[in-house]
Amino acid sequence: MNERLWNILVDSFPKLLEYGIKVTVPLTILSFLLSLIISVIVAMIQYADIKGLRQICRFYIWLIRGTPLLVQLYIVFYGLPSVGITLPAYTAAVLVFGFNEGAYMAETMRGSLESVSVGQLEAGYCVGLNYLQVMGHVVLPQAFRTAFPALSNSLISMLKGTSMAATITVMEMFRQAQVINGRVYESLGLYGEVALIYLAFCTLLTWLQHKGEKKLASYGGASS
Amino acid sequence: MMLSVKGVRKSFGETDVLRGIDLNVEEGDVVAILGPSGSGKTTFLRCLNFLERADAGELIFDGEHYDLHSATKKEISAIRRRTAFVFQNYNLFQNKTVLQNVTLGLTSGRGMNKAAAEKIAREALEKVGMLAKADAYPIALSGGQQQRVAIARGMATQPEIIYFDEPTSALDPELIGEVLAVMRQLASEGMTMLVVTHEMEFARNVSNQIIFMEGGHVIEAGPTAEFFSHPKEERSRSFIRSILNKESL
Repeated sequence: MNERLWNILVDSFPKLLEYGIKVTVPLTILSFLLSLIISVIVAMIQYADIKGLRQICRFYIWLIRGTPLLVQLYIVFYGLPSVGITLPAYTAAVLVFGFNEGAYMAETMRGSLESVSVGQLEAGYCVGLNYLQVMGHVVLPQAFRTAFPALSNSLISMLKGTSMAATITVMEMFRQAQVINGRVYESLGLYGEVALIYLAFCTLLTWLQHKGEKKLASYGGASS
Repeated sequence: MMLSVKGVRKSFGETDVLRGIDLNVEEGDVVAILGPSGSGKTTFLRCLNFLERADAGELIFDGEHYDLHSATKKEISAIRRRTAFVFQNYNLFQNKTVLQNVTLGLTSGRGMNKAAAEKIAREALEKVGMLAKADAYPIALSGGQQQRVAIARGMATQPEIIYFDEPTSALDPELIGEVLAVMRQLASEGMTMLVVTHEMEFARNVSNQIIFMEGGHVIEAGPTAEFFSHPKEERSRSFIRSILNKESL
């Protein structure tokens, strides 16, 4: 490696890491929280078979899963202003990432809810709980445990997916790498460097997932 | 009459599972519901707590009338608060400890504070000999232990009657005794119990009333001693004979 490239990589590293921690990570967390909320609501509507709303949920999942994420970003950020809806780039990114991954996670959650035995629900009714109480105390915690590995997958995939926000002008880690590269023309070095930072973030998440799974195993210490 | 049930009917699709079941239970009665598999015993019991919605039937609980087909949510919740149900597969809450399994119906179900609920729960667990496992999760318990916790969970809510749906059918033979012992103790304390069972010894020695069902009908109902010594119906006689033969093998 020549000295010029090495200096570029060393100089750009703190900047890239800073954007990773200050922009990519919060963008991921916000989008993930949004998708988590969406997925639980959408899954519960289907689980409880609420007529009308259930069809709307199926339509949402069909629409989101059937169109590319990149196209969704473009429609929301570049397309909606022509009908009077102009969103800041960051907001548009959170909404699109949240609703996109929410559709996949809703299916994960629905499957997990359905895997909880009906007897758990019946036992809850028989000790005097109402539907929402049984769901909150018994069924949802068990479903979350089943869904945990798949939800971790979604989180990791979302973290990497936030790089697409670069295409709608959000100044996140990958966009920052593009900007630096525009000055110095070291594509392989800079994009390789940014890939390594994503890899480090994902490694951390994978480690957290294993810790979480251990904690949830056999319900030792995981009361709800 | 504490509990009176009239004309319970239920069909699943084309199959008539219950064709008009009547039942009377006095306070302190232990009623054993016997009958071959597929006779509708379990469905009948589940209808009484609205785990299945009957097609027709009336439930009179302490003088209050409920329609088993069209009871409102509020009525159903009122009935369930006065009864307890013990399942064949225990159905302990898998994500809760033994103690939490017992307190949940008291705190969330009845608005009791945590300390009071835990006191009652510990007493109930003590009674079934499971207090030492209060902090264990159900997965760590044997079937017999889980069923004893399930009984404690039911007792803790101070029900007026406990429904048992084949409480020992899922258990290994050597674990049946410990559950029956708990039930026997409950009966001796005057708890009103309605028990769907295949345990003839239990029915004969602990229950005071027998309901014998087959094909969705009550074939014979009466005091236990009479049922076993002088069954009126030929079908009851052959059922008792076949069971006794099996037990003597």
